[in-house]
Amino acid sequence: MPSAAERFHDIVRQASAQRAPLRVRGGGSKDFYGQAVQGELLDTRSHAGIVAYDPTELVITARCGTPLAEVESALAEKGQMLAFEPPHFTPDPDGRSLATFAGMIAAGLSGPRRAAAGAVRDYLLGVRIMDGRGRELVFGGQVMKNVAGYDVSRVMAGSLGSLALILEASVKTLPRPPAEVTLLLEMPEATAIESLNRWAGMGWCVSASAWMGGELRVRLSGASAAVRTAVQAIGGQRVDDAAARRFWTGIRDHQDGYFKGDAALWRLSVPQTAAPLGLAGGQLIEWGGGLRWLRSGAEAGTIRQAAERTGGHATLFRGGDRSSEVFHPLSPVLAEIHRKLKAVFDPEGIFNPGRMYKAL
Amino acid sequence: MGERPPGINFIRQAEVVARLLGVLPSESILHSSEDTRPYECDGLSAYRQMPMVVALPANEDEVRAVLQVCHALKVPVVARGAGTGLSGGALPLGEGVLLSLAKMKRIVSLDPVARLARVQPGVRNLAISEAAASYGLFYAPDPSSQIACTIGGNVAENSGGVHCLKYGLTVHNVVRVRGFTVEGEAIEFGSEALDAPGLDLLALVHGSEGMLAVITEVTVKLLPMPQIARCIMASFDDISAAGEAVAAIIATGIIPAGLEMLDRAAASAVEQYAHSGYDLAAAAILLAESDGTPEEVEEELPRVIEVLKRSGASAIRVSRDEAERLKFWAGRKAAFPAVGRLSPDYYCMDGTIPRKRLAEVLRFIGQMEQKYGLRCPNVFHAGDGNLHPLILFDANDPDQLARTEAFAAEVLEKCVEVGGTITGEHGVGVEKINQMCIQFSPAELEIFRAVKTAFDAAGLLNPGKNIPSLHRCAELGGMHVRGGKLPHPELPRF
Repeated sequence: MPSAAERFHDIVRQASAQRAPLRVRGGGSKDFYGQAVQGELLDTRSHAGIVAYDPTELVITARCGTPLAEVESALAEKGQMLAFEPPHFTPDPDGRSLATFAGMIAAGLSGPRRAAAGAVRDYLLGVRIMDGRGRELVFGGQVMKNVAGYDVSRVMAGSLGSLALILEASVKTLPRPPAEVTLLLEMPEATAIESLNRWAGMGWCVSASAWMGGELRVRLSGASAAVRTAVQAIGGQRVDDAAARRFWTGIRDHQDGYFKGDAALWRLSVPQTAAPLGLAGGQLIEWGGGLRWLRSGAEAGTIRQAAERTGGHATLFRGGDRSSEVFHPLSPVLAEIHRKLKAVFDPEGIFNPGRMYKAL
Repeated sequence: MGERPPGINFIRQAEVVARLLGVLPSESILHSSEDTRPYECDGLSAYRQMPMVVALPANEDEVRAVLQVCHALKVPVVARGAGTGLSGGALPLGEGVLLSLAKMKRIVSLDPVARLARVQPGVRNLAISEAAASYGLFYAPDPSSQIACTIGGNVAENSGGVHCLKYGLTVHNVVRVRGFTVEGEAIEFGSEALDAPGLDLLALVHGSEGMLAVITEVTVKLLPMPQIARCIMASFDDISAAGEAVAAIIATGIIPAGLEMLDRAAASAVEQYAHSGYDLAAAAILLAESDGTPEEVEEELPRVIEVLKRSGASAIRVSRDEAERLKFWAGRKAAFPAVGRLSPDYYCMDGTIPRKRLAEVLRFIGQMEQKYGLRCPNVFHAGDGNLHPLILFDANDPDQLARTEAFAAEVLEKCVEVGGTITGEHGVGVEKINQMCIQFSPAELEIFRAVKTAFDAAGLLNPGKNIPSLHRCAELGGMHVRGGKLPHPELPRF
């Protein structure tokens, strides 16, 4: 029986010969994200399994279709984690996670710990990919430092599968913090933004933050002494540990009440110090002020301009009118480079065409 | 005009100078050999080449104009910061313009609340931390050349440092890069938000050795300065035990701020020079730093010490104060110049390996010392597997130079074979271009070349560095090795 990689090779070669688009997909937990793709389904889940994990090397290597939950429980067993706290998003009807390892990388989305610990791309060390010609290529590796050639592997993070098929990836892991406390404080939006920036500058170990409706929750993680110091300095009311874990998972996976309902969900990525945006609609602020979720039926142009004025960008994350671009438009010079890079990896345009931008 | 350097086409030079005079003041264009001599090499002085012209733009408009002139005349451009790079990434071209960004050394803005600084490419790495210090902030990546090297060069090489185990490399600490394409078109990668739309080209620019765009402004992240740092110095009778101690520290869930190792030869070289108090009876010295709040450090130190003892450390000292901590580090940081005193020349390698293969690779280096009859002290960023073996030789002896190059090539091939890389932080430049043929397959190299072409179709930005031509790899006849597997493992090889 041919291996999954051999089958992928045949599928890719054939699609390439016929210029027939492929819809690369893991568990479908992020089907809502980006633009819909027409094309033959290439399900990555047949190529699964952890290839190597040595906790003392701080690296895990796994195949594309490995369930993210499997990776996370292997790490948890050794007291480690994916520090960027990747979201699992839409579960199956029984509530089980559908997210896959390569789906996490291709989406490039990070969870509540992002502002403190970095994003998927910061932890991605290397990839094995299949390009549009069906060639297996390896970029990066399993080591922390590597400047041989261009850093092609990091470009795969957030590429939405539009460049190549990720077969395998190596990601840096970190120890789980020994102590964690969540605090609840009441304050208006502007004060919350100001406080979060001040705390980040003080070096207090804030590992997550969420402000909505006048309530700010902050999670502190680190050595128990560091958490104790920060708890005293920040004040507020301590949230029960189990409730806090449920809360942060709900924020991470968009299962919290804020994310329910049909109103369009916008994701505004702005400088952490950006003043309140004053847009109509319910807001949830994460990442120390850097991530502003907005439930709003306002004009796309209005929302994009508000993000742009701060130096940031806006994505129509879920729902809303998806007939035009959902991601923020690129400058002409960047758009041109995107188009050329797509052709480097995928000359026949078979991988998830249009998932990111219509012209890509 | 003074003495004429060899290998320069003077008709072409006159043409390029005349065109540049239209866009730059005359004092910003150098072409006589006494003026261009200082630019003939970077930190890798074994390679030298006089540039045809040196251009010193003072602002973004001038950078754009120089690029437009060069693009119109099809003149290759090599960008340069302070010229401290160790792989010849800023080696000039005899038919090219050396674009020095040294005049662009202004900190444009520093926002202590947002913890961001916008700086021009010629700003020195350490100058950022110095400017941020009064706000209790610092810029984390600290390459050993940090007093001199510039941020533009740091981005081009994706520089590391002794604290990158905890704080990351340049790519983890830069949020936005502004610059120009080879055609002189303004381009921006990343943003001052935590991400940017589209593909992550900010990551691609890091370590691209000036081959994709010319950088004119960099926004860096500033971090709160740790309130306190203390350093543990441990001696080991066996270098493998020291390597295992590193793994054991990480296994307990601690990521020290720094984790460095020196072998006996390196320790004794630096001891004569820096007087750090290194234990010269030990086979290896391990330095482990803990930083943070006083309470955090107090919690972490005893845990690290316990692991070191359990791993067989023969002696342990902890810095009592800041002066002693700096003394412990002085030796490690002086390793290159100290080793430099042992012989007329040294050749520094930069391979990175999975840490668990350390003992095997060090044994291999020992065998190579025998095979080539050359000494090779080792310093090592132990936390992240980045080795800096230093081969001692005399460049005036052609045979020694040849043996050194062969020695280095074997070690780098070994690094690739055990699953590592030929360069962790110094870059490929001109120095390790042949080893690229070992680490990457022809198809992977083709992708690199196509990525370059996507940014620079005319191939004018720093051509000849970093990515070898297929022709070059074929001529070398070297075999692409990965994970210890040669192509066609079924065939016998002798």
